[in-house]
Amino acid sequence: MNSSLFLSQLLNGVQLGVLLFLLSSGLTLIFGIMNFINLAHGSLYMVGAFIGAASYNASGSFIFAIAAAIIAAGLVGLLLEHLVAKPLYRHDHLYQVLATFGLMMFFNELAIVIFGNRPYYAAIPSALNGAVTLFGSQYPVYRILIIAVGVLVALGAWYLIQKTRFGMLIRAGASNSSMVSVLGVNIDLLKKLLFMLGAGLAGLAGALAGPILSVQSGMGEPVLILALVVIVVGGIGSIRGALVAAMIIAVIDTLGRAYIPHLLGSFMQPASANAVGPAMASMLIYVLMALVLAFRPNGILNKK
Amino acid sequence: MNRVKFGAWMIPVLFILLAAVPFVAQAIGEPFYVTFFARVLVYALAACALNLVLGFAGLVSFGHAMFIGLGCYAVGILSFYGISDGWLQLLAAVVVCALVGLVVGTVCLRTSGIGFIMITLAFAQMFYFLMVSMTTFGGDDGLNINEPSNFGLFELSGSTEVYWATWAVLLAVTIFLARLKKSPFGMVLQATHINPRRVNAFGYSVFRVQLAAYVMSGVLTGLAGLLLANLTAFASPSYMSWPVSGELIVMLVIGGLGTITGPIVGAIAFLVMEEFFKGLTQHWMLIMGPVIVVIALVSKNGFAWLIRRREEPAPAPSAAPAAAPKVAAVSAGESQ
Repeated sequence: MNSSLFLSQLLNGVQLGVLLFLLSSGLTLIFGIMNFINLAHGSLYMVGAFIGAASYNASGSFIFAIAAAIIAAGLVGLLLEHLVAKPLYRHDHLYQVLATFGLMMFFNELAIVIFGNRPYYAAIPSALNGAVTLFGSQYPVYRILIIAVGVLVALGAWYLIQKTRFGMLIRAGASNSSMVSVLGVNIDLLKKLLFMLGAGLAGLAGALAGPILSVQSGMGEPVLILALVVIVVGGIGSIRGALVAAMIIAVIDTLGRAYIPHLLGSFMQPASANAVGPAMASMLIYVLMALVLAFRPNGILNKK
Repeated sequence: MNRVKFGAWMIPVLFILLAAVPFVAQAIGEPFYVTFFARVLVYALAACALNLVLGFAGLVSFGHAMFIGLGCYAVGILSFYGISDGWLQLLAAVVVCALVGLVVGTVCLRTSGIGFIMITLAFAQMFYFLMVSMTTFGGDDGLNINEPSNFGLFELSGSTEVYWATWAVLLAVTIFLARLKKSPFGMVLQATHINPRRVNAFGYSVFRVQLAAYVMSGVLTGLAGLLLANLTAFASPSYMSWPVSGELIVMLVIGGLGTITGPIVGAIAFLVMEEFFKGLTQHWMLIMGPVIVVIALVSKNGFAWLIRRREEPAPAPSAAPAAAPKVAAVSAGESQ
């Protein structure tokens, strides 16, 4: 194992962590404040990826593509909030899960109808196509950009939530939304804005991920499951928890996939190591989640 | 309690109608219907099993397809090694499902509400990815099962055999669940849904009661998996993918949570609806998705509003009629 390969794997992990954070921060905020579990969040990510790729292919402007993806996902999110989420806020989680499950089916099929069954091509902008030398190894510029965006969003989210009036209302809404409403805040509007914000972040994640993963129907589900693991591990409703857990989960997952087959190979026969390795690597984060839950049922950062 | 009476004639009528399916299919020369309804019954069995945790105890397990998959692979992996003895496969399915149910249930039941939903989902995905990456057993492509389960006296060698086996198991499970619901255990289980704190105060352990129900439910779902493997002669990771878990929940909600025959009626309604939309268009999910959304939006109690109406003079106002007639039509066909 050489150290520069390890470093680039670590960066890959951080980059996946950033994408997971963009998804899970929206998911966890929407859950924390509205008590709404949105399985269609992965669909918003998919919307972002498709709109981002399509508008980049049409216009050639990366900035425009990112903006289009965020706006499109935000608007779809707003529509979802109005048509599906709002009538179900007060209902059992079961019905929220059911409704958003149906939405997910709908969006996956819609993507097939519009873009076809095969992966849709999304290009990395030529200006970002190079690689830079980091710690003695080549690393793609585009992946560094993703990491940078993630850091900016995390800082932005921290500022928005800790320092602005909107953030104050969000925090207040998370602890007691009816009290906030009684104090004369338009909680409905707040919820709509928050839903749009979460959807926009999911769209941003999708648009960023498009060129490095394959853009196709159903692409949101595996990431959604990871995001759910992240918010369970990080503690539901906590953005800080989501950030920490997203990084831990993504780095462990990436390094596990890269190194577990190697490690097993050092004391097992190559054939069986190759068979067992990937299986163990893919189970790793779920085992981690089970361990976290066994000792801290409310998540790693939750003091409850 | 009118519901007891209602259920008392509902069960025989339902099962007599289901018993007529193979004969009718033969009479009209459409053997496809036997295969189709065998699949319906397998899913009905899984839905009944899920009802034990979701309907009785209010635990939204979003990973029940995991047990279907485990049951399938109990048949698949054993027959991969040349063991087609049905009793051994059954034993393997029951033991594996019970053990997995015990471990997964112990972890999941530490959380509640939304945490439970997500963790059961995550565990199911874990097994899904495990089977996808096990290339020895076919990985992503699944595993062909060349020999059907052989139970000595009978062999699950065709759709009709699987149909009758599932019919019998489903009948037994239905009667079992109807009795269980009225038993002290069933009463406590339902009470954990309504007021867990009081149940604890009465000296029962909510955790143990729920865990027992979860394990039992897992084992019964595993039986459905064993039957499904024989029906399709195939074990695939996709049988335990999370859309399957979601579909089971939809069936339960359509049929009525916590009712005895609801899951069966729900499974019939859901799969018939799905088959109908598949006939209309290749993109049937474009219709099915919104239908599920509408079902979730308008029917908090699904099909149960029909039963409720018999008991209470005034039906709940939230039982909106939009999605119901479709379901009611199916039910009327079943209960005549």
